[in-house]
Amino acid sequence: MLARDEDILKAAEDWRKAGRGVALATVVETWGSAPRPVGSNLVIDDHGNFLGSVSGGCVEGAVVTEAIDVIESGRPKTLEFGVADEAAWKVGLSCGGTIRVFVEKVE
Amino acid sequence: MRLDILKALNEERAARRAAIVVTNQDSGAQRLVTAKDVAADPLKSVLEKHLRTAKSGIEETPEGKVFLTVHVPSPKLVITGAVHISQALAPMGQLLGYDVTIVDPRTAFASVERFPDVKVIAEWPDVALPPIGIDRYTAFVALTHDPKIDDPGLTLALKSDCFYIGALGSRKTHARRVVRLKEERGFSDNEIGRIHSPIGLDIGAISPAEIAVAIMGEITARLRQAEPA
Repeated sequence: MLARDEDILKAAEDWRKAGRGVALATVVETWGSAPRPVGSNLVIDDHGNFLGSVSGGCVEGAVVTEAIDVIESGRPKTLEFGVADEAAWKVGLSCGGTIRVFVEKVE
Repeated sequence: MRLDILKALNEERAARRAAIVVTNQDSGAQRLVTAKDVAADPLKSVLEKHLRTAKSGIEETPEGKVFLTVHVPSPKLVITGAVHISQALAPMGQLLGYDVTIVDPRTAFASVERFPDVKVIAEWPDVALPPIGIDRYTAFVALTHDPKIDDPGLTLALKSDCFYIGALGSRKTHARRVVRLKEERGFSDNEIGRIHSPIGLDIGAISPAEIAVAIMGEITARLRQAEPA
């Protein structure tokens, strides 16, 4: 079943209350064609479990990896994925757009 | 995000109230502004604009560069009448992201076979509508042509702050409805003026599905082009 935004944020709260390390990723800017609108959320725990999406599945893997870093360090990060970016080719944002994703720890 | 902000946000969402999370892009400072507190906030005008359009985004403000995450409840579509038009309107509404409920006390109409994936309540509107909760994120549509079913539904909708009210019927039918709503239920012309009738955009719709397109077009316009409160 498709996870709706309210379920994602509820999961973030529930996971944190259950004592798991949790990060929240949010699409803050998009340019060109982007699969998910600004405000879309992905919630990640310290074991790499995740719910929601910030793209059409293209960059979630990279965001999860960065999110585990953020959970450990407690310092938020802003990630950018786009065709002009070498890393983006590797993780494959195929739609040709650019997105900026803010990743923060839930504490 | 602090857990207490997240918890407060989830409470607002569960209660179907709008809220905005304001995150300062430089300092990382974060706060939650609930819909009722927007008017008293230093960023009032920016927040009101985002609340109205329900769009998240980055803004340059006197507080610096802030990211606004706007949370508004998913809209509801409440229909009286499990009729032919509803069979097209309900899936169309679901496709557009609405939680759809159909209310019709006539059990022959309100059957699972006719509406396989929609919540259908075989009850009178007086009984069925209050628990659904008609709020400002609700569109109400009366489609039965039967005053016994449509009028109590319209009465509850007119007493709410729902963003759209529409009623099926010719101009003659609607004129009679206006008289009933005034004389039997005590509404003013102003209040009754909220009802869109004839229902839907004027696109020459003939078939039930085309009428459903006209209705969803009108509802979308009301949702997305809403005047400032």
